[in-house]
Amino acid sequence: MSALAEAVAPSRVGAREIAWGALVLGVLAAFIALPPIMLRTPVPSLILAVAALGGGIFVVREGEKRLGWIAIVVAVLAGVGAVAATQTNESSLDAVFVWSALFAAMLRFATPLTFAALGGLLCERSGVINIGLEGMMLMGAFFGIFGADLTGSWLLGCLIGMASGGALAVIHAVLSVSFRADQVVSGFGLNFLALGITGYVFVAHYGDQGTPGDVPRVPNVSLPGIEDVGFFGEAIGNANLLTWVALLLVVLTAVFLFRTPRGLRLRSVGEKPRAAETVGVSVIRTRYIAVIVSGFLAALGGAYLSIALLGSFTENMTAGRGYIALAAVIFGAWRPFGALVAALLFGFSSALAQRLPEFSESTAVLFQALPYVLTLVVVAGVVGRSRPPASIGIPYVKE
Amino acid sequence: MSEEEVIATSQTPAARLAAYVRGGGLIVPLITVVLAFVIGGFVVLLAGKDPIATYEAIWKGTGLQWLFPWTTGDDRAIAAINLQQTLLITTPLILTGLAVAFAFRAGLFNIGGNGQYIMGSIAAVWVGSSFAGMPAVLHVLLAMVAAVAAGAFWAGIAGFLKATVGAHEVITTIMLNYTAIYIGLYLFGLGGPLQSDTDRSVPVSNDIVEGAKLPVFWGDPVLQGLHIGIFIAIAALLVFWVVLNRSTTGYEVRAVGLNPEAARYSGMSVSKNYVLVMAACGAFAGLAGSLDVLGWQFRLATNDIQIAQAGFIGIAVALLGRNTALGTAAAALLFGALLSGTSQRNLDASVFEPELAANLTYIIQGLVIVIVSADVLVLGLLRRGRGFIGRGTGRSGPAPATAAARSDGAPPPEPGP
Repeated sequence: MSALAEAVAPSRVGAREIAWGALVLGVLAAFIALPPIMLRTPVPSLILAVAALGGGIFVVREGEKRLGWIAIVVAVLAGVGAVAATQTNESSLDAVFVWSALFAAMLRFATPLTFAALGGLLCERSGVINIGLEGMMLMGAFFGIFGADLTGSWLLGCLIGMASGGALAVIHAVLSVSFRADQVVSGFGLNFLALGITGYVFVAHYGDQGTPGDVPRVPNVSLPGIEDVGFFGEAIGNANLLTWVALLLVVLTAVFLFRTPRGLRLRSVGEKPRAAETVGVSVIRTRYIAVIVSGFLAALGGAYLSIALLGSFTENMTAGRGYIALAAVIFGAWRPFGALVAALLFGFSSALAQRLPEFSESTAVLFQALPYVLTLVVVAGVVGRSRPPASIGIPYVKE
Repeated sequence: MSEEEVIATSQTPAARLAAYVRGGGLIVPLITVVLAFVIGGFVVLLAGKDPIATYEAIWKGTGLQWLFPWTTGDDRAIAAINLQQTLLITTPLILTGLAVAFAFRAGLFNIGGNGQYIMGSIAAVWVGSSFAGMPAVLHVLLAMVAAVAAGAFWAGIAGFLKATVGAHEVITTIMLNYTAIYIGLYLFGLGGPLQSDTDRSVPVSNDIVEGAKLPVFWGDPVLQGLHIGIFIAIAALLVFWVVLNRSTTGYEVRAVGLNPEAARYSGMSVSKNYVLVMAACGAFAGLAGSLDVLGWQFRLATNDIQIAQAGFIGIAVALLGRNTALGTAAAALLFGALLSGTSQRNLDASVFEPELAANLTYIIQGLVIVIVSADVLVLGLLRRGRGFIGRGTGRSGPAPATAAARSDGAPPPEPGP
């Protein structure tokens, strides 16, 4: 409907274009102050940032709030960042802003978030809140590497990890769908349960030794031809197999949700379950499947951490990534590509935080906090309202 | 839309609670705890240990046997030290439990107790380590007021967003939890503005000055004896009960919790109550942070902030205590005892390794929350057992809870403090 409104209101189309222009100017303002261009004076950046800010404000006044506010935020951040960059010495900037390495690190950080966010998205689209993503990731992280260690195969490890997350999800489904438990409370309890179960088996089985160093790991995929091509070679030439799986799943989830009858049914169950039931969709069954699939996906994200990225497990190793994934779902407005953009943004923020401490511990912390602060800003409705499925969190009673 | 669905879909957490209290009485929390510990016993068995001996060792570690007159001699001295530890841990749990319970009574779920606790600790350590030479009583009070204000402000953000734009408090408080952690890491981290002046290589705050420490009234101050904070926590329990059950504010809070729409139609400001309630919750949790800092930690390392759990355990405390004053106190003591009984310091490692026991605590905690969340299930089973169930068709559960919720026009009867 909004697309129709835009089509018949030409002034808003103009506003959108200006907003995109302002956004580009803002990004450019930051870009010219950073390597490889690295202007040593803040003036050009500031001019660009002010222009972007003006554009953003104009667009907001025109009524295109969401994009306008994004442009304003980007302009301000870029202006401040550019000034900070010109005050920093060149060698530090060169060391931090190795774009290809940052891009690769962003993908590494974004992969587990993407898996979990897709799971959370499917679950919430069916009308069930899943605070338990964190616990399901943790189950996948431990039982993934545990399985890989026992069977000697990373593939079986992934599957065992996914099964463990699915098992936790079954509990969530039984409680919140069949027994109509408070979904937030039950999901939250499951996180503690997962923390205890994984820590317990880990300590009981591996003791002080930790997981062995020779656990089979999910391989990286070297792309012949791209591998040696400068920026692209370092950025994506040797990414992990699961990173590509995650990107593929984003596309598949989007197609499933918005282009297939089953996806439509899933969404209808989350919006108007009574109506869905009337046309013959089983609400209970749909929600069960969605919750369990979300457990599989979140657990695969966790397994990525232990058997692809690090090759080891430590207690509570997901450290809140499940909650960031939840934030990505909301940030991405319950859409697969939105969730991917959010995961990439949060991943980039983590990648920067990882490279910064050598120069400034405090700025690094700032970038680590960014996902949470941005999500607060989004739910506060500043950057347009992100609307959840209508029947989320409401238990369904069959007639 | 059937009538049944109308009720089921309009059930706020507080309305569910009302049904729960009426239907379950004291027996449901007891069943919950017993069930959690029995399952925990099987978990112990899985690791090849003796569950009875393990629970016995944990019980010994809690020091609760000090309460029995037949514990004498050395046993009694050790029990006293252990009990001081137990009560030391129970103190903040009472307050973080109240922080969650108060929100539940207004129909809000405050997952942010941990962030509010951290903001309170930060404020308390900042005030308590500055202003050396201030009169002791004044200094302690000032540090506590700062902590209460910091916690209230932090939770107030969530309340404000809920009241103005309808942002779900669960999401905002989760985000505020992590933001609080990173604020702490920034302030006390290497080179941070509040990092220790004397030891620049350690990410820790300055030490609390002598005058701002809470006096120890039982045990040796050097060995973390029990400070007077426990009385403050008990006073908070009384305040909670009086405000909720004997004041207009409390009546409004409960009304908003049971049915926001009805409260709105009867002229109450639902949004004002959301902000007020969240701020009050933050005040409780912030106070908890200050008691830990001023009572026994005396400084705040970035690591303390990262591993802080009191706010999260408060959720289990409130749920198990069914959001009443007396229940919160009992549940806080249970979890305080469990944590101290399984700690490295108190648990006999030859019976059960403390590393495993710490995870056993998480499992029991998770089980308690999960079982409480399935209140309808427990309640349904109970009623079915008693033969009260009217509509025996269909799955267990739905009918009894909805029936109970329906009869709840008025706020539920309250057990005393």
